[in-house]
Amino acid sequence: MHHHFIDRRANPKDKSLGNRQRFLRRARARIKEVVNKSVQDRNVGDVAGGETITIPAKGIEEPQFRNSRHGGNRSRVFTGNKEYVTGDQIDKPQGGGGQGGKEGSDDGEGEDDFRFSLTREEFLDMFFEDLELPDLVKTSLQEVHSVKMHRAGHAASGTPTNLNVLRTMRNAHGRRIALHRPSRAAVERLEREVADLRAKPVLDDEEQVRLAELEPQLEALLRKMRVVPYIDPVDIRYNRYEARPNPNTKAVMFCLMDVSGSMGEREKDLAKRFFMLLHLFLERRYKRIEVVFIRHTHHAEEVDEQTFFYSPETGGTVVSTALVEMQRIMKERFPSGEWNIYAAQASDGENFSGDSALCHELLTNEIMPLVQYYAYIEILDEREFDIFQDARSGAALWRAYQEVADGWHNFAMKRIAKPADIYPVFRELFAHKAKERVG
Amino acid sequence: MTTKANSTLLYDGSDWNFPILEKTYKAIEEIAIGDLGLDVYRNQIEIISSEQMLDAYSSVGMPLMYQHWSFGKRFARDEMMYRKGYQGLAYEIVINSNPCISYNMEENTMAMQTLVMAHAAFGHNHFFKNNYLFRQWTDADGILEYLQFAKSYIAKCEEKHGARSVEEILDAAHALMDHGVFRYRRPPPLSTREEESKRRERQEYEARTFNDLWRTLPASDKNAAVSDSEEERLQRRKLLKLPQENILYFLEKFSPVLEPWQRELLHIVRTIAQYFYPQKQTKVMNEGCATFVHYYIVNTLYDQGRISEGALLEILHSHSSVVMQPTYDDPRYSGMNPYALGFEMMCDIKRICTEPTDEDRQWFPDLAGSGDWRSALRYAWANYRDESFILQYLSPHLMRKFRMFLIADDENESQYQVKGIHDEAGFRKVRAALAQSYEIGRLDPDIQVVDADLKGDRCLSLRHLALDRIPLDTKERDQTLKHLRRLWGYDVHIESVDRDSGALISEARLTGERLEASIR
Repeated sequence: MHHHFIDRRANPKDKSLGNRQRFLRRARARIKEVVNKSVQDRNVGDVAGGETITIPAKGIEEPQFRNSRHGGNRSRVFTGNKEYVTGDQIDKPQGGGGQGGKEGSDDGEGEDDFRFSLTREEFLDMFFEDLELPDLVKTSLQEVHSVKMHRAGHAASGTPTNLNVLRTMRNAHGRRIALHRPSRAAVERLEREVADLRAKPVLDDEEQVRLAELEPQLEALLRKMRVVPYIDPVDIRYNRYEARPNPNTKAVMFCLMDVSGSMGEREKDLAKRFFMLLHLFLERRYKRIEVVFIRHTHHAEEVDEQTFFYSPETGGTVVSTALVEMQRIMKERFPSGEWNIYAAQASDGENFSGDSALCHELLTNEIMPLVQYYAYIEILDEREFDIFQDARSGAALWRAYQEVADGWHNFAMKRIAKPADIYPVFRELFAHKAKERVG
Repeated sequence: MTTKANSTLLYDGSDWNFPILEKTYKAIEEIAIGDLGLDVYRNQIEIISSEQMLDAYSSVGMPLMYQHWSFGKRFARDEMMYRKGYQGLAYEIVINSNPCISYNMEENTMAMQTLVMAHAAFGHNHFFKNNYLFRQWTDADGILEYLQFAKSYIAKCEEKHGARSVEEILDAAHALMDHGVFRYRRPPPLSTREEESKRRERQEYEARTFNDLWRTLPASDKNAAVSDSEEERLQRRKLLKLPQENILYFLEKFSPVLEPWQRELLHIVRTIAQYFYPQKQTKVMNEGCATFVHYYIVNTLYDQGRISEGALLEILHSHSSVVMQPTYDDPRYSGMNPYALGFEMMCDIKRICTEPTDEDRQWFPDLAGSGDWRSALRYAWANYRDESFILQYLSPHLMRKFRMFLIADDENESQYQVKGIHDEAGFRKVRAALAQSYEIGRLDPDIQVVDADLKGDRCLSLRHLALDRIPLDTKERDQTLKHLRRLWGYDVHIESVDRDSGALISEARLTGERLEASIR
């Protein structure tokens, strides 16, 4: 009896991927609800790791005609009897004869909800579904694409290292067949026969005739072999490579925040959530993403994340300092030809009087032409939030930015007052829709 | 450090490689065939990763299964349980096919691979090949080819008719899968090429009988009396082959609304249901057989000095966790563990054959002391299913060992009653009750198509015969009715009737989207 072992480990793993996609599609609406909710309630950083979620089983049940767990007369055999003897009566749990009350509760919850894990990818896919990055095409003219070599068919010329052996041999084979190159075996057979005949000391008539026949034949074959070579230069093919521009996959994200006294814990927390969300979003689109934190009071400096969010600072508020700092860093480290630049700024809207005009000028002339997208978030008191419902009204900084927004379609500004606002605002900023303003 | 004794070892340490697997397989085979006298299909043992094991899991253990979201759901749950450590993976999966395919995980140690090969490639394999249910009801030679056909057919349907429409039919068919089985007659063998041509024949036949059927509709005015004459009713029931236990078969043949490809989907689902039908009824025996076989083989290997004490201990460790039977008051208790019961019963048969007590002689006069436990076991494996096996072979010795007791749970009583325990007076009662709990008619509710009111509103009527007044789960029943309605196209009605008294227990009717249900 023969048998065998088969090593399947190298086979594709995701055999059930199709099933999983079908399942996710089916439960999509419910999963999305849960995903969105989990982000509103919790810290963005926590949920991004892919996680176990629980969705209501509605829509993914698999009903069957099944016996109920309750009712009827049943006999059951159990194991591990300790003290029972025949005839013993045992109280039913939740005493009383009626079973009506417990019907729902017994198979409740546990069966109605379905728990499973989403991968980080799937989670973020759901989360950022129907969100788009604005204008992925870079606006700048002097943009330099890096290039990368890609395979692009075959060529008749090239360097020996790029020789495509398979293709070459196939061509050669075809040509040999077409031109009737004698096979080595045929030639050898003939040669052997001729050699045998020649080796004989005496040849009879028949053999002499035979030899006279064979010698020219062999001659002809050998000539043909020389004329139709095994490999001819026309057979040779090389792999062809083509330089293709490599779209930029690097991005840098500038986080600008006012850390002066007027920005309390609450405001910073809101800003942080917004920055995190943006970071996650960009991460989905770019292979490499760098984050630059710039905090400012009346002067601005680049700091690390920890300092940015948690170290207290006092001072006045001059917003333009942060813009100047950003401009400097861009120039030094992130030339816009190589980097996709995003900026997000959070502030409570206060600014040193007269500085707002400078901000407007800096943005319009220096920064906006270089960045992909600039989002400004103004964090308000919940009371103020009601007052400033109208996007047109606001403090000096808001009004100045309003003018920038009018001129640049990749500039967006929003007001938020509580954590629950962030996600809707974020969605609104990146919602996949045609912008009506023209830059 | 190597001593002379070590030189007979098949392997040392936990790592495995293919030469060692091969060598060990040979050693196992010697014992399985030469000593135990097993008769197996050719083995095809596939080494897979844990990821692939999860994949295989979710498609009801079948390679080449067609695609459906419910398999994705199963995968999602299993994966979560596995990753969070709530649940380990099975060490193996084995498929009733010829050649017999079994999957071994690469993560297994060599000791575990030994266990798995003995268990699946010989234990289960022998059972599949020899048990009468599998021989009668499944077609090991054709199943892989058939699944391949089903998979590509369904994929083609998805392309042609859209994934959603295919899903809708499959969902509905899955809901009725347990009632897509012929319980009392053998299905014809599978053959894919035949299958293809038969499909066309079936469609033509369908078209013909279909017309015949509906021609019985009177063309008279609509106000005519709706009630049929008795003769008409009999005629119709004959044409529709009613009553019919195989609901999917009935719908495939007679549904007025399904298109040919949709009928084919029903055919595929019920073919697979039919294939799994014996497995449900032989869980205890199948696992008992495989567990006994691996236990015997690894112990023999150890006695022969071919596996080390360390390997044996590792194997026995997982063996004993598999055959662990918690007592009823243990939080881990979830009914009878088929591995435990099956394994103990096999060991018990061996004991009765070789070292019988007076009690055994009284209970099993033919078996006790016969000495030839090997053929006694092989005979049992070939000719019984769980229910009859327990009824025939469960011994007082084992009932005492498990300390079994029988509880009656009457819905009208406020207390459970202990009807019998592991004593002289209780043995037969306990044994009969345990056997009965494995009866297929009790695992799945007994539901039949009884009529289709072709003359009136075309309502399809099902009847559920309730055993011991055990009702259907109404929530699931109502949802299943929706699926049934999708496949039938018109109203559907189901009544639950007490099998003994014939009294109506409950009924439900789905008219359009509206469900009317009542309980007596």
